[in-house]
Formats: sequence, structure tokens, C-alpha cells
Amino acid sequence: MAGSLRSLSKYVVPAATLAAAVVVWELASRVLRIPKFIMPTPSQIVVEAWEWRYRFIAHSWVTLYETLGGFALSIVVGVPLATLIVYSPWMRRALYPLIVLLQAVPKIAVAPVLLLVIGYGETSKVIVAFLVAFFPIVVDTATGLAATPPELLELSRSYRAGAFKTFVKVRFPMALPFFFSGLKVAITLAVIGAVVGEFIGSDKGLGYVILSATSYWKTELAFASMILLSLIAILLFGAVCLVERFVCPWLAPAAEE
Amino acid sequence: MIRLQDVEKTYRTRRGDLVLAVADITLDIAENEFVTLVGPSGCGKSTLLKLVAGLTPASGGTIRVRDTVVRDPFPDVGIVFQHPVLLPWRTVLDNVLFSADMLGLDPKAYRHRALELLALSGLAGSETRLPRELSGGMQQRVAICRALLPDPSLLLMDEPFGALDAMTREEMGFELLRIWEARRKTILFVTHSIPEAILLADKVVVMTPGPGRLARVITIDLPRPRTVELEFDAKFKAYSDEVRGLIFASRRARGDGR
Repeated sequence: MAGSLRSLSKYVVPAATLAAAVVVWELASRVLRIPKFIMPTPSQIVVEAWEWRYRFIAHSWVTLYETLGGFALSIVVGVPLATLIVYSPWMRRALYPLIVLLQAVPKIAVAPVLLLVIGYGETSKVIVAFLVAFFPIVVDTATGLAATPPELLELSRSYRAGAFKTFVKVRFPMALPFFFSGLKVAITLAVIGAVVGEFIGSDKGLGYVILSATSYWKTELAFASMILLSLIAILLFGAVCLVERFVCPWLAPAAEE
Repeated sequence: MIRLQDVEKTYRTRRGDLVLAVADITLDIAENEFVTLVGPSGCGKSTLLKLVAGLTPASGGTIRVRDTVVRDPFPDVGIVFQHPVLLPWRTVLDNVLFSADMLGLDPKAYRHRALELLALSGLAGSETRLPRELSGGMQQRVAICRALLPDPSLLLMDEPFGALDAMTREEMGFELLRIWEARRKTILFVTHSIPEAILLADKVVVMTPGPGRLARVITIDLPRPRTVELEFDAKFKAYSDEVRGLIFASRRARGDGR
């Protein structure tokens, strides 16, 4: 009984808090008569979003695949980079400063140049998302690969297993928890990257909707886009967690007996 | 089986200084002999084990295993470390099969033997469990099974029971002896426990630090199979006094004796 009450409160308390905040927002906007273009009420946002539903689906889809494209690219580039850095001291000396430099440059400053070079299509947004997302993947994967217990490497060496076999059977699986923590940071950053790209110049995507809606004083559409963006980020984050559970079941907390 | 002649190992520290880890090691180990290396920490016991395994090259002298000079890792060796270092995603059985897998052997062909070894180590029924579900002693048993799976004729053990509690430690020692009696092999066993070194060994190699040298090789003339009662034997006491004497004499000589 006490247990079920506790698990109930686990969901009910945060849901109730959120609902209360929405109600307070709705009431405050109505009672204080705040103009719609400054602060729309939750109900106005929902009504407007519903009217726009088909267009929202299309724009969300664009932002989603820009995000996923950048995220995928950051894995494809990040993991081999991390491997090079860990396996070769020369590569580490050569690549690490470049990677840090690339990370240090504010992406929002690079984006206009990138769009100029690559063009205003989706590719440029994928690249911006990639640039924002790949750093944590490289750093975390490299940390994980370097953290292999030395005894396991000696054991593999004593069995005269090749470097590739040791990587596949020992080092990479051993680094998976680090790799996934990199992915979790990267996926939420990729959403930001895609929106930044859309802000600089685009004619579709949720970032574009926010920009154009605010310039027409359609604040409720901007709010609806923000909510959709957060939902996308949360869902993608959840998806990464789910994949991690599936790929690394041994990391799940041990079942209590 | 193993012959070390004037073996020396120098390391280069991060600052670039050369440090002599072990020097003047001349030692013969016969086939199927159980040899323990005992000495205070930092006396180069583990270094010596790595040298024999071919994991690190000697800076001087020669190491021969069955008349072949050791320069690189060679087959027919099993290694057990202080920590079990199992793969957390593999079940107990698959962890035992890891050695066959890494050696490029077909794990399926070794399944039966792996199950046998697990049963012999008292782990029957735990085959499908994950390492994190096992106690430290059980994990170390799995690591020993992993080393024994390809039936190596040489087993190198680097303080294998060092991370276990005293009771489990003693129990594991006798278990290891039981396995060894059933299927003899050459064992080189590093420990810093004097009673453990004497109880297990045919030959105790006492090492002293700074740099690691052989102080004495003591042949242990105690009946096998060894039992717990042996620890109260006068001979056992004499051996342990001898080993302790050698280690403390070196400490006094170095000026850090108490």
C-alpha cells in the first residue's frame, strides 16, 4: 500500500505541479488582461496550435530530420575521431587542439558563414547540428576507450588477440556507458543546432516558424513551436535512454529481491 | 620449464628518469612446480610475472620458457590478476569462454569444459548470472576458470586473492591446490602473504625491494595435500620465520625497519 502510494506520488506530484502552473498562467493572463501578442494564455496557444496542426507536423518533421541528420553525422565522425585520439598519441596531439578550437568557436557565429557557403537548404542545418553535437561524443567516447582496465588489455595481448578484435570485443563495449552519456548530451544539443541553423536562414522548420510568427506578432504560434521543440528534445532524449537500456542491459539497476 | 638468467628490467618514468625495477634475477622453475613469489610491495614481483608472460620485454638477461626465448606473449599461458576484470555484459559462462574467444578458438567446442570448470569451482547454477550478481570471491573463481579454460601448462597469478577477505582467501587457496592436484601445471603465484606463500608452494621465492632482487629460494618440504592444520606445524613456523627474517633484514638494511 505504502509502495503503491509512493509510486503514485512519483507521477502525480510532478503532473499536478505542471497543471497548477498552467492554471495560474491562464488565470493571470486573463485577470491582468495581458495582450495576446505579449503573453498568450495556454488555451489560446492550444487553439492556435490545433488550427495549425498540419503545418506544424510538416515543420516539426523538417526540424526532426535536420536534428537526426546532425546527430547521426556526429556519431559517424565522433566515434572514429575518439578512437584515433585514444590509439595514437600523434593523432591526439594533432587532432585534440583542432577539436577544442572547433568547440570553442560559438556556433551561432559560424552559422551565417556556413549557410553562405553551403546554402540555405536542410544540409546547412544538419551541419550546424553536427557541429554542436559532436564534441561530447568525441570527448566521452575517448574517455571511455581510455578507461579500459589495463589488465584486460594485457589479457587480450597475452592471448595474442589483434587490436581490432580487442577493440570490438573489449574496448568499445567497455566504453559504451561513456558513449551513451555523450549521446544523451549530443541529442539535445543537436536540436538546438538545427534551430540555430533555421534562425539564420530558412523557409521551414520550427525555428523558422518562431522567427516568422514573432515578426507577425503571432506570439501564440511561437509558444506552440517552443513547446513542440521541447517535446521533440525530450522524446529524442528518451529514445536514446531506451536504446541504451536495450544495448547495455547490464547497466540497469539490479532487481531488488 | 622456465629459466631466468640475469634478468633485469628498467623503466623510464614520466620525467624521463631510468628506474631499475628488478635486477640479477636468476631462477629455475621446473615443470608442474608451484612457485610463489613473496616480498613487500614494490619489490618487482608483478614485473617479474609480466616479464615471464612476455607482456613487457626484459632490459637485460634472458628468459626462456621450454628453451624458447620469451620476447612477446606466447600461447599456453593463463593469467589471473588481483582484480577479476570480468566483462560486465557477459554471463559467467561467456566470461569463462572469453579466453577461447580471444585465442581464436571456437567457444562452442569449449562449452563443455567451461561448465566442468565452473562446477569444479562450486559455481554450478551460476552460469547465466552476470558478474555484478556475484561476490568478489565468486568473480575471482570465474577469472580463474577463464584462465584455466584453454588448459595452459603455465599459470601466472598476480596476487589473485589479494582483494578477498581472509576467510575467502584461505578457502580459495585450498581450492586452487585441489584443482592443481587434479591437473598439474606450472604455477607462478605472486603474493604478499607469507603464510599463503608457504602453504601453497613447492618453492618460495623471497624478493627484496630497491631494486627487486631474489633474497632466497626456499624449497618447502611439507606433505601434500596441504591442510589447514599445517599452519600449526613447527616446520611451517620455521619457514615463515625464515621468510619474515629475510624481508625484515632487508628493511633494516635500507633503514626503514621498525
